[in-house]
Amino acid sequence: MDAEALERILKHAQPKEFPNKTSYNSISVRHISQLSKALSISGREIEIMALEHGVVPERYVRNMKAFSPQNQVALLKARVSIVGLGGLGGAVVEILARIGIGRLNIIDGDSFEESNLNRQFLSTPDRMSTSKAEAAAHRIKAINSALEVNMHARFLDADNSAQLLRDSDVCVDCLDNLKTRLVLERQCKQQGSPLVSAAVAGASGQMTTVFPEDQGLELIYGKEEDMPAKGAEVELGTLPYTVTFLAALQCAEVVKIIQNKSGLLRHKLLVADLDDGVIDILDLC
Amino acid sequence: MSKKSYIQLQLFASLKKFMPLSADNYAIEPGMTVGALLTQLDVPKTQIKLVFVDGVKVDLATTLAGGERVGIFPPVGGG
Repeated sequence: MDAEALERILKHAQPKEFPNKTSYNSISVRHISQLSKALSISGREIEIMALEHGVVPERYVRNMKAFSPQNQVALLKARVSIVGLGGLGGAVVEILARIGIGRLNIIDGDSFEESNLNRQFLSTPDRMSTSKAEAAAHRIKAINSALEVNMHARFLDADNSAQLLRDSDVCVDCLDNLKTRLVLERQCKQQGSPLVSAAVAGASGQMTTVFPEDQGLELIYGKEEDMPAKGAEVELGTLPYTVTFLAALQCAEVVKIIQNKSGLLRHKLLVADLDDGVIDILDLC
Repeated sequence: MSKKSYIQLQLFASLKKFMPLSADNYAIEPGMTVGALLTQLDVPKTQIKLVFVDGVKVDLATTLAGGERVGIFPPVGGG
Protein backbone atom coordinates (compact mmCIF):
# COMPACT_ATOMS: atom_id res chain seq x y z
CA MET A 1 0.00 0.00 0.00
CA ASP A 2 2.78 2.42 0.92
CA ALA A 3 4.64 1.61 -2.27
CA GLU A 4 1.51 2.21 -4.30
CA ALA A 5 0.80 5.47 -2.43
CA LEU A 6 4.34 6.67 -3.02
CA GLU A 7 4.21 5.76 -6.70
CA ARG A 8 1.00 7.73 -7.10
CA ILE A 9 2.35 10.72 -5.13
CA LEU A 10 5.40 10.84 -7.39
CA LYS A 11 3.18 10.49 -10.48
CA HIS A 12 1.14 13.55 -9.47
CA ALA A 13 4.18 15.63 -8.42
CA GLN A 14 4.71 18.71 -10.58
CA PRO A 15 7.91 20.77 -10.80
CA LYS A 16 7.36 24.33 -9.65
CA GLU A 17 9.43 27.33 -8.54
CA PHE A 18 9.52 29.32 -5.32
CA PRO A 19 9.24 33.11 -5.76
CA ASN A 20 13.04 33.28 -5.59
CA LYS A 21 13.20 30.84 -8.56
CA THR A 22 14.55 27.80 -6.69
CA SER A 23 12.66 24.71 -7.76
CA TYR A 24 10.60 22.13 -5.89
CA ASN A 25 8.19 19.30 -6.60
CA SER A 26 4.59 20.05 -5.69
CA ILE A 27 1.46 18.01 -5.06
CA SER A 28 -1.92 19.72 -5.04
CA VAL A 29 -4.67 19.70 -2.43
CA ARG A 30 -6.94 17.99 -4.98
CA HIS A 31 -4.50 15.14 -5.65
CA ILE A 32 -3.89 14.54 -1.93
CA SER A 33 -7.64 14.33 -1.39
CA GLN A 34 -8.06 11.95 -4.34
CA LEU A 35 -5.25 9.66 -3.14
CA SER A 36 -6.63 9.67 0.38
CA LYS A 37 -10.02 8.46 -0.86
CA ALA A 38 -8.66 5.98 -3.40
CA LEU A 39 -6.18 4.33 -1.02
CA SER A 40 -8.12 4.77 2.25
CA ILE A 41 -5.12 6.52 3.83
CA SER A 42 -5.57 9.77 5.74
CA GLY A 43 -4.59 12.92 3.89
CA ARG A 44 -2.18 13.68 6.72
CA GLU A 45 -0.27 10.46 6.10
CA ILE A 46 -0.11 11.14 2.37
CA GLU A 47 1.24 14.63 3.06
CA ILE A 48 3.88 13.14 5.38
CA MET A 49 4.86 10.54 2.78
CA ALA A 50 5.13 13.23 0.11
CA LEU A 51 7.36 15.46 2.26
CA GLU A 52 9.58 12.52 3.19
CA HIS A 53 10.14 11.85 -0.52
CA GLY A 54 10.91 15.38 -1.67
CA VAL A 55 7.40 16.43 -2.69
CA VAL A 56 5.86 19.51 -1.06
CA PRO A 57 2.09 19.66 -0.55
CA GLU A 58 1.35 22.94 -2.32
CA ARG A 59 -0.75 24.15 0.63
CA TYR A 60 2.43 24.30 2.76
CA VAL A 61 4.75 25.79 0.16
CA ARG A 62 4.86 29.22 1.85
CA ASN A 63 5.97 27.48 5.06
CA MET A 64 8.89 25.82 3.35
CA LYS A 65 11.39 28.68 3.35
CA ALA A 66 11.04 28.89 7.13
CA PHE A 67 10.64 25.16 7.79
CA SER A 68 12.61 22.17 6.52
CA PRO A 69 10.59 19.22 5.17
CA GLN A 70 11.43 17.47 8.48
CA ASN A 71 10.01 20.47 10.40
CA GLN A 72 6.77 20.25 8.42
CA VAL A 73 6.61 16.47 8.96
CA ALA A 74 7.04 17.06 12.71
CA LEU A 75 4.01 19.38 12.65
CA LEU A 76 1.95 16.84 10.70
CA LYS A 77 2.85 14.08 13.16
CA ALA A 78 2.06 16.21 16.23
CA ARG A 79 -1.06 16.10 18.37
CA VAL A 80 -1.99 19.46 19.89
CA SER A 81 -4.82 20.01 22.35
CA ILE A 82 -6.57 23.38 22.26
CA VAL A 83 -8.56 24.01 25.43
CA GLY A 84 -11.10 26.81 25.08
CA LEU A 85 -12.46 27.75 21.66
CA GLY A 86 -13.39 31.38 22.17
CA GLY A 87 -11.30 34.40 21.20
CA LEU A 88 -7.87 32.86 21.69
CA GLY A 89 -8.93 29.33 20.74
CA GLY A 90 -10.76 30.30 17.55
CA ALA A 91 -7.67 32.09 16.23
CA VAL A 92 -5.33 29.30 17.40
CA VAL A 93 -7.49 26.72 15.56
CA GLU A 94 -7.33 28.79 12.39
CA ILE A 95 -3.54 29.20 12.47
CA LEU A 96 -2.64 25.66 13.57
CA ALA A 97 -4.93 24.11 10.95
CA ARG A 98 -3.40 26.25 8.21
CA ILE A 99 0.20 25.67 9.27
CA GLY A 100 -0.43 21.90 9.23
CA ILE A 101 -0.62 20.52 12.76
CA GLY A 102 -1.64 16.97 11.90
CA ARG A 103 -3.85 16.09 14.85
CA LEU A 104 -5.94 18.69 16.63
CA ASN A 105 -7.75 17.83 19.85
CA ILE A 106 -10.30 20.57 20.56
CA ILE A 107 -12.13 21.01 23.84
CA ASP A 108 -14.90 23.41 24.87
CA GLY A 109 -18.36 22.77 26.32
CA ASP A 110 -19.62 26.27 25.56
CA SER A 111 -22.05 27.57 22.94
CA PHE A 112 -21.90 30.85 21.04
CA GLU A 113 -23.68 33.98 22.18
CA GLU A 114 -23.91 37.41 20.59
CA SER A 115 -21.29 38.95 22.88
CA ASN A 116 -18.72 36.60 21.26
CA LEU A 117 -19.12 38.18 17.82
CA ASN A 118 -16.63 41.01 18.41
CA ARG A 119 -13.65 38.66 18.61
CA GLN A 120 -14.36 34.95 18.23
CA PHE A 121 -13.50 33.94 14.66
CA LEU A 122 -15.67 30.82 14.85
CA SER A 123 -18.78 32.78 15.84
CA THR A 124 -21.36 34.01 13.33
CA PRO A 125 -24.96 35.14 13.88
CA ASP A 126 -26.34 31.89 12.43
CA ARG A 127 -24.36 29.86 14.99
CA MET A 128 -25.88 31.39 18.15
CA SER A 129 -26.52 28.77 20.88
CA THR A 130 -24.58 26.11 18.92
CA SER A 131 -21.44 24.30 20.06
CA LYS A 132 -18.07 26.05 19.80
CA ALA A 133 -16.32 22.67 19.55
CA GLU A 134 -18.47 21.61 16.59
CA ALA A 135 -17.84 24.93 14.86
CA ALA A 136 -14.09 24.47 15.38
CA ALA A 137 -14.20 20.92 13.98
CA HIS A 138 -16.06 22.13 10.88
CA ARG A 139 -13.62 25.00 10.41
CA ILE A 140 -10.58 22.72 10.62
CA LYS A 141 -12.06 20.28 8.10
CA ALA A 142 -13.02 23.16 5.80
CA ILE A 143 -9.46 24.53 5.90
CA ASN A 144 -7.65 21.20 5.64
CA SER A 145 -9.50 17.91 5.36
CA ALA A 146 -6.17 16.07 5.57
CA LEU A 147 -5.99 16.79 9.32
CA GLU A 148 -7.31 14.56 12.09
CA VAL A 149 -9.72 16.21 14.52
CA ASN A 150 -10.86 15.00 17.91
CA MET A 151 -13.71 17.12 19.17
CA HIS A 152 -14.95 17.27 22.76
CA ALA A 153 -17.98 19.49 23.39
CA ARG A 154 -17.29 19.40 27.13
CA PHE A 155 -15.74 21.73 29.67
CA LEU A 156 -12.39 20.55 30.98
CA ASP A 157 -12.41 19.66 34.67
CA ALA A 158 -10.31 17.71 37.15
CA ASP A 159 -12.32 14.54 36.52
CA ASN A 160 -12.07 14.45 32.71
CA SER A 161 -8.73 16.18 32.08
CA ALA A 162 -6.62 13.00 31.95
CA GLN A 163 -8.96 11.44 29.40
CA LEU A 164 -9.47 14.56 27.27
CA LEU A 165 -5.81 15.58 27.11
CA ARG A 166 -4.09 12.21 26.76
CA ASP A 167 -1.35 11.80 24.14
CA SER A 168 -0.99 15.57 23.66
CA ASP A 169 2.43 16.67 22.43
CA VAL A 170 1.53 20.24 23.40
CA CYS A 171 -1.51 21.80 25.10
CA VAL A 172 -2.68 25.33 24.37
CA ASP A 173 -4.44 27.23 27.16
CA CYS A 174 -7.10 29.40 25.53
CA LEU A 175 -9.39 29.41 28.56
CA ASP A 176 -11.29 32.41 29.90
CA ASN A 177 -11.02 31.80 33.64
CA LEU A 178 -8.20 31.31 36.09
CA LYS A 179 -9.28 28.17 37.96
CA THR A 180 -9.56 25.92 34.91
CA ARG A 181 -6.13 27.06 33.78
CA LEU A 182 -4.73 25.40 36.92
CA VAL A 183 -6.65 22.18 36.23
CA LEU A 184 -5.14 22.17 32.74
CA GLU A 185 -1.64 22.91 34.01
CA ARG A 186 -1.85 20.18 36.65
CA GLN A 187 -2.79 17.58 34.03
CA CYS A 188 -0.10 18.79 31.63
CA LYS A 189 2.52 18.39 34.34
CA GLN A 190 1.20 14.97 35.25
CA GLN A 191 1.30 13.63 31.70
CA GLY A 192 4.49 15.48 30.69
CA SER A 193 3.01 17.85 28.09
CA PRO A 194 4.31 21.38 27.55
CA LEU A 195 1.64 24.06 27.98
CA VAL A 196 1.37 27.37 26.14
CA SER A 197 -0.81 29.75 28.13
CA ALA A 198 -2.21 33.17 27.23
CA ALA A 199 -4.70 35.53 28.83
CA VAL A 200 -6.24 38.82 27.79
CA ALA A 201 -8.02 41.80 29.32
CA GLY A 202 -9.02 44.71 27.10
CA ALA A 203 -5.99 45.83 25.09
CA SER A 204 -3.61 44.01 27.47
CA GLY A 205 -2.45 40.42 27.22
CA GLN A 206 0.20 38.02 28.42
CA MET A 207 1.70 34.72 27.35
CA THR A 208 4.06 32.12 28.79
CA THR A 209 5.23 28.55 28.15
CA VAL A 210 5.31 25.97 30.94
CA PHE A 211 7.20 22.68 30.69
CA PRO A 212 6.23 19.91 33.12
CA GLU A 213 9.25 20.53 35.37
CA ASP A 214 8.73 24.32 35.47
CA GLN A 215 7.10 26.16 38.35
CA GLY A 216 4.63 27.53 35.84
CA LEU A 217 1.43 29.50 36.34
CA GLU A 218 1.92 29.83 40.08
CA LEU A 219 4.65 32.36 39.25
CA ILE A 220 2.01 34.48 37.53
CA TYR A 221 -1.18 33.91 39.48
CA GLY A 222 0.14 32.96 42.93
CA LYS A 223 -1.30 30.19 45.07
CA GLU A 224 -4.63 28.73 44.04
CA GLU A 225 -6.30 29.75 47.31
CA ASP A 226 -5.40 33.43 46.68
CA MET A 227 -6.65 33.42 43.13
CA PRO A 228 -9.84 35.17 42.00
CA ALA A 229 -12.09 33.29 39.52
CA LYS A 230 -11.62 35.98 36.87
CA GLY A 231 -9.16 38.79 36.30
CA ALA A 232 -9.05 42.31 34.89
CA GLU A 233 -11.08 41.20 31.84
CA VAL A 234 -14.23 41.56 33.97
CA GLU A 235 -13.55 45.29 34.08
CA LEU A 236 -11.95 45.74 30.65
CA GLY A 237 -13.71 43.27 28.34
CA THR A 238 -11.82 41.51 25.55
CA LEU A 239 -10.74 43.11 22.28
CA PRO A 240 -10.36 41.20 19.02
CA TYR A 241 -6.89 42.44 18.11
CA THR A 242 -5.56 41.57 21.56
CA VAL A 243 -6.82 37.97 21.50
CA THR A 244 -5.67 37.46 17.92
CA PHE A 245 -2.23 38.87 18.66
CA LEU A 246 -1.80 36.64 21.72
CA ALA A 247 -3.17 33.63 19.81
CA ALA A 248 -0.57 34.19 17.08
CA LEU A 249 2.18 34.29 19.72
CA GLN A 250 0.86 31.04 21.21
CA CYS A 251 0.99 29.35 17.80
CA ALA A 252 4.61 30.41 17.30
CA GLU A 253 5.44 28.78 20.65
CA VAL A 254 3.58 25.58 19.73
CA VAL A 255 5.49 25.30 16.46
CA LYS A 256 8.85 25.94 18.14
CA ILE A 257 8.12 23.29 20.79
CA ILE A 258 7.18 20.67 18.19
CA GLN A 259 10.18 21.50 16.01
CA ASN A 260 12.48 21.48 19.04
CA LYS A 261 13.62 25.04 18.45
CA SER A 262 15.02 27.54 20.93
CA GLY A 263 13.66 30.91 22.01
CA LEU A 264 10.75 29.61 24.09
CA LEU A 265 9.13 31.87 26.69
CA ARG A 266 9.75 29.49 29.62
CA HIS A 267 10.09 31.24 33.00
CA LYS A 268 9.21 34.42 31.15
CA LEU A 269 6.05 36.41 30.65
CA LEU A 270 5.50 38.25 27.40
CA VAL A 271 3.24 41.20 28.17
CA ALA A 272 1.61 43.45 25.62
CA ASP A 273 -0.41 46.62 25.96
CA LEU A 274 -1.77 47.42 22.54
CA ASP A 275 -3.20 50.79 23.65
CA ASP A 276 0.26 52.04 24.59
CA GLY A 277 2.15 49.99 21.98
CA VAL A 278 4.23 48.35 24.71
CA ILE A 279 5.52 44.79 24.37
CA ASP A 280 7.95 43.44 26.95
CA ILE A 281 9.39 40.10 28.01
CA LEU A 282 9.73 39.82 31.78
CA ASP A 283 11.64 37.30 33.92
CA LEU A 284 9.36 35.36 36.26
CA CYS A 285 12.20 33.88 38.31
CA MET B 1 15.22 66.15 54.12
CA SER B 2 16.31 63.10 52.14
CA LYS B 3 17.18 63.45 48.48
CA LYS B 4 14.46 62.33 46.03
CA SER B 5 15.08 59.77 43.35
CA TYR B 6 12.93 58.92 40.36
CA ILE B 7 11.51 55.74 38.84
CA GLN B 8 9.67 54.98 35.63
CA LEU B 9 6.28 53.58 36.53
CA GLN B 10 3.95 51.52 34.38
CA LEU B 11 0.59 50.17 35.53
CA PHE B 12 -1.12 47.70 33.23
CA ALA B 13 -4.68 46.81 32.25
CA SER B 14 -7.24 47.60 34.97
CA LEU B 15 -4.57 49.30 37.12
CA LYS B 16 -3.99 52.10 34.62
CA LYS B 17 -6.51 54.25 36.42
CA PHE B 18 -4.04 54.46 39.32
CA MET B 19 -1.25 55.77 37.08
CA PRO B 20 0.02 59.15 38.33
CA LEU B 21 0.56 61.94 35.81
CA SER B 22 4.27 61.88 36.59
CA ALA B 23 4.56 58.12 35.92
CA ASP B 24 7.52 58.48 33.53
CA ASN B 25 9.49 60.33 36.19
CA TYR B 26 7.89 59.41 39.50
CA ALA B 27 9.58 60.71 42.65
CA ILE B 28 10.37 58.25 45.46
CA GLU B 29 12.37 58.25 48.66
CA PRO B 30 15.45 56.06 48.00
CA GLY B 31 15.14 52.80 49.92
CA MET B 32 11.36 52.78 49.64
CA THR B 33 9.87 49.28 49.31
CA VAL B 34 7.65 48.20 46.43
CA GLY B 35 4.87 47.64 48.99
CA ALA B 36 5.17 51.23 50.25
CA LEU B 37 5.11 52.47 46.66
CA LEU B 38 1.84 50.62 46.04
CA THR B 39 0.33 52.10 49.19
CA GLN B 40 1.43 55.56 48.07
CA LEU B 41 -0.15 55.00 44.66
CA ASP B 42 -3.38 53.95 46.37
CA VAL B 43 -3.57 50.68 44.40
CA PRO B 44 -5.54 48.07 46.39
CA LYS B 45 -3.14 45.18 47.03
CA THR B 46 -5.88 42.66 46.25
CA GLN B 47 -5.86 43.93 42.66
CA ILE B 48 -2.13 43.35 42.16
CA LYS B 49 -0.68 40.05 40.99
CA LEU B 50 2.75 40.89 39.68
CA VAL B 51 5.38 43.56 40.15
CA PHE B 52 8.48 43.71 37.98
CA VAL B 53 11.52 45.88 38.56
CA ASP B 54 13.73 46.30 35.50
CA GLY B 55 12.01 43.33 33.88
CA VAL B 56 12.41 40.90 36.79
CA LYS B 57 9.61 39.70 39.09
CA VAL B 58 10.00 41.00 42.66
CA ASP B 59 8.10 40.83 45.95
CA LEU B 60 6.66 43.71 47.97
CA ALA B 61 9.71 43.88 50.27
CA THR B 62 12.04 44.78 47.40
CA THR B 63 13.58 48.21 47.86
CA LEU B 64 13.93 50.86 45.18
CA ALA B 65 16.99 53.04 44.85
CA GLY B 66 15.79 55.22 42.02
CA GLY B 67 16.39 54.84 38.29
CA GLU B 68 14.38 51.61 38.07
CA ARG B 69 11.55 50.73 35.70
CA VAL B 70 8.61 49.37 37.73
CA GLY B 71 5.72 47.47 36.11
CA ILE B 72 2.59 46.54 38.07
CA PHE B 73 0.03 43.99 36.82
CA PRO B 74 -3.41 42.78 37.90
CA PRO B 75 -4.48 39.17 37.35
CA VAL B 76 -5.49 38.67 33.70
CA GLY B 77 -7.56 35.66 32.68
CA GLY B 78 -9.73 36.43 29.65
CA GLY B 79 -9.66 34.61 26.37
